[in-house]
Amino acid sequence: MRAVVTITRRREIADPEGATIQRALADLGFGDVGAVRVNRTVELSMPGRDQEYVMSAVRAMCEKMLANPVMEDYEIEILD
Amino acid sequence: MTDDEFGAVNNLLGRPPADPELAMYSVMWSEHCSYKSSRAHLGGLPTDAPWVVVGPGENAGVVDLGDGWLAAIRIESHNHPSFVEPYQGAATGVGGILRDIFTMGARPVGLWNQIRFGDLSEPHNRYLFNGVVAGIGGYGNAVGVPTLGGEVEFDPSYAGNPLVNVMCLGILRHDQLVLGTAGSPGTVAVLLGASTGRDGIGGASVLASAGFDEAAGAKRPSVQVGDPFEEKKLIEACLDLYERGLVVGVQDLGAAGLTCAASEPAARAGVGMDLNLDAVHLREPDMTAPELLMSESQERMMAFVAPDQVEEVLGIAAKWEIEASVVGTVSSGDRLRVYHNGSQIVDVPAASLTDEAPVLRRPIARPDRIDEIWGRSDPAVNTPLDAALLGLLDDPGLGDRSWIYEQFDHMLFLNTVQGPGRDGSLLRVRGTDKGLAVSSDGNGWMCQLDPRRGAERLVYEAALNVAVLGARPLAVVDNLNFGSPEKPNVMWQFTETLAGLGDACEALGVPIVGGNVSFYNETDGRDIFPTPVVGLLGLAEPIPSRPRPVAEDMVILLLGPAQSASLAGSAYQKTILGALGGRPTRIEPEAGGRSIELAIRLSHVVPGSLLHDVSQGGTLIALAELLIEAGIGAKIDLASTTDAFGEDPHRFICLVPSGQEADVVQLADEVGCAVRTIGLTGGRALSFPSSGIDDIPVDKLLTVWAGSIRDRMQGAVHE
Amino acid sequence: MTVGIVTFPGTNCEQDVAYALDALGAATVPVWHRETSLDGIEAVVLPGGFAHGDYLRTGAIARFSPIMAAVEKMAAEGRPVLGICNGFQILCEAGLLPGALIANQDLRFICRPVQLRVESTDSILTRAATAGQVLTIPLNSYEGNYVTGDTTPNVALRYCDTEGAVTDAANPNGSRDSIAGITNPTGTVAGLMPHPERAIEDFMASTDGRVLLESFVASLESIPVGAGRD
Repeated sequence: MRAVVTITRRREIADPEGATIQRALADLGFGDVGAVRVNRTVELSMPGRDQEYVMSAVRAMCEKMLANPVMEDYEIEILD
Repeated sequence: MTDDEFGAVNNLLGRPPADPELAMYSVMWSEHCSYKSSRAHLGGLPTDAPWVVVGPGENAGVVDLGDGWLAAIRIESHNHPSFVEPYQGAATGVGGILRDIFTMGARPVGLWNQIRFGDLSEPHNRYLFNGVVAGIGGYGNAVGVPTLGGEVEFDPSYAGNPLVNVMCLGILRHDQLVLGTAGSPGTVAVLLGASTGRDGIGGASVLASAGFDEAAGAKRPSVQVGDPFEEKKLIEACLDLYERGLVVGVQDLGAAGLTCAASEPAARAGVGMDLNLDAVHLREPDMTAPELLMSESQERMMAFVAPDQVEEVLGIAAKWEIEASVVGTVSSGDRLRVYHNGSQIVDVPAASLTDEAPVLRRPIARPDRIDEIWGRSDPAVNTPLDAALLGLLDDPGLGDRSWIYEQFDHMLFLNTVQGPGRDGSLLRVRGTDKGLAVSSDGNGWMCQLDPRRGAERLVYEAALNVAVLGARPLAVVDNLNFGSPEKPNVMWQFTETLAGLGDACEALGVPIVGGNVSFYNETDGRDIFPTPVVGLLGLAEPIPSRPRPVAEDMVILLLGPAQSASLAGSAYQKTILGALGGRPTRIEPEAGGRSIELAIRLSHVVPGSLLHDVSQGGTLIALAELLIEAGIGAKIDLASTTDAFGEDPHRFICLVPSGQEADVVQLADEVGCAVRTIGLTGGRALSFPSSGIDDIPVDKLLTVWAGSIRDRMQGAVHE
Repeated sequence: MTVGIVTFPGTNCEQDVAYALDALGAATVPVWHRETSLDGIEAVVLPGGFAHGDYLRTGAIARFSPIMAAVEKMAAEGRPVLGICNGFQILCEAGLLPGALIANQDLRFICRPVQLRVESTDSILTRAATAGQVLTIPLNSYEGNYVTGDTTPNVALRYCDTEGAVTDAANPNGSRDSIAGITNPTGTVAGLMPHPERAIEDFMASTDGRVLLESFVASLESIPVGAGRD
């Protein structure tokens, strides 16, 4: 089983990197790009585990360490 | 907002406040913004001197360096945000202090930080420490201002309340000085920099004006995120505007954001202001008026511009690739009027937000137990000297701090004569003979024991730290970190601290040109140690010759008054004895003044003078620091515990090649400062010939000292 | 011979580089990243700093700045082009030098003097040095870890210890093969992570930076305008 965690900065929190990229894209002629947000994905493989186990374990990992609840939200997708 | 305060607003306005007005008063009258618990007590501090150009009350203190040069200096805290999110809390703290400096017309040339955490054996404290250091470096390095020094202390007292204080120095020519004034009616307010979002909504009033409790996790205002890239562009744009004479006044946006940036400059100028929220450049659509007024989005400045220069200002902003919006006009009269969605939503007396803030006279009570504590004597010493020395060098607050400062760019601008790691910092003012020395000092442990004596000693310690670099003390800024002002014992600590600071600065003849008060550093009812931090600026003219390196066959001299029998408040007492008691020795202004004078003279008159202040850990630690760095041992005559580890003030060591000590002794005699020979360098071990103590190899000291932070922080990373 | 020092938004070492080169007798002019011409300029330095905050990837946005077309042309003509720290990162992103710079192995920013061994004197950066010479130069970076993919760079400088030995322990950031500075095949485009301009006066970490900057200044004279080498 593989899990892909997408960690996103909470909506109301500033994303200066995204804002800078948006401006740079406009400079390069891609002026119709709206808001840009930079997220991270963490891929975890958990061989020999079933879906329910993986979901529960990865959620615990997110709560504990992978995502910073002060600033970030997360979504988990299970593959395979 | 209390009922009394609400009533006061009603009276001021002659009617109940509208929601946006209530939001403005509530944030401007918060503890963090209004200093309501401290203001009554701050008036007695010495703030005057012929060289003070701007004293407390503006965005930074400014002093005259002579020959048309000025220096701007300020210190601030960002304690509560750093507990919530250490990287961003520290980063935005750095951003804020930088703005306070370049809002005065000065280019920031150096940053210092004073940080405090709980014991590093706790993972959470390591997490906070790591995040804060990464955040300070991440912001400071990227914005392009060198971080030149600082200090760190670890104690369980700070476990739930890390302290993050930051200090900044700027340099400017006298005709570049800009004040935070709105100017006269007709002046236009231009908002420069980052767009406004919901950052820290309620931050000033929510976090810094209340302690943490069990529910702190639930109290999650939007963390302010720092953008050092935006700030760098903003610095260049502002300095460009100043050079072209395009601004009447400038105010940075910090706590209480737009509310403060509109009202304070107007209050200073005795004018009114019309503020149009619809013109503010936004990151988030659909923000309410209270949100716009309270937002603490970072990297914003308010420039006050003559109407016929607005176009040019907008052009300069565009050149530096920052946004700008025309958001207001200065009006005659004294009202601050705010417009949103086309209608007027706020109409208050502009100065009332700052000037009418409540002044509380909170009860003060001396702790009952204090006399008993001061009367205690130390438990018997039964730790061998070598074990004690190693135990102290292993303390992360005393050992090698390069793990911290190697994460900071401390060389940018090519003016760093003395960087982090020793006494104080020294930077040259290029194009002149002048050097600026800066020291920052704090000692929560000793101040807990005796706030007054602890505070006064910090002033003299800081002064000696710049004196050993050849600099004469010029100005002080102070950051006062305390627990809850609602506790009479804490108010006693606070007023005692102010008395100590005031007395020492008075005796030294050094004015306090600014300061910051941070109350409510408490968790679940437990307050931190009273922790004043003293930042001191000195002027060296000229910059003395480089200290010679430690070598074999150098005589070790101890200069200053003889150490008393007291270990009260010392690192030894805390770390080795595990006790807290007795009374720290007082400063002796006469002796202190002589030590400072001697240090300055030695550094200039005896070329290559190698001087080092004696502070936490005492003489043996000060000596060990020099020997470890050089990998050279010494024969030492410091056998008794108080001799080796006592921390009486006004003392420093001087290493001089054997045979050349006469120059030093003669100068000491002239100044009237006691001098004592305590050793001779040589070999690869510390030996104590006049006692039965075993030799300690310098290599062993190095291993322990070098690992004190590094070993505890192994594996700590930051992406 | 005029050296253009290119500044991007976020660059911060441009004054330091100008100061150092001026002290060595070069004539320097500032060049803003939005300019499109390097007329009247014979060589270019991209100094250190944090162009565009290092957002997205370090140097990733700066490489598209209007001035870069002129920089690329200058490189193609065989004129001296030097990238220091962030400047090196930008040259790699722009493809003017092979490889890339990623986060230091220990994932911490490093500001301290390091030792470099001169591996080749066949470049604008090292022609005034001697092969095997050990130089002490300050490093100041978070993304100083040089990686190459499948290319083999021309190495000018490697991290080493005080004796000149290239070892893992002496490699501060995990750079492949301890590479600290490289050049293009003709030696006219050079990049290095450490800052030579921070080692030019007695009170600094060392004065070893002078030999590298003197090499660069000497290159201004010896390379005729418009001629590629070899």
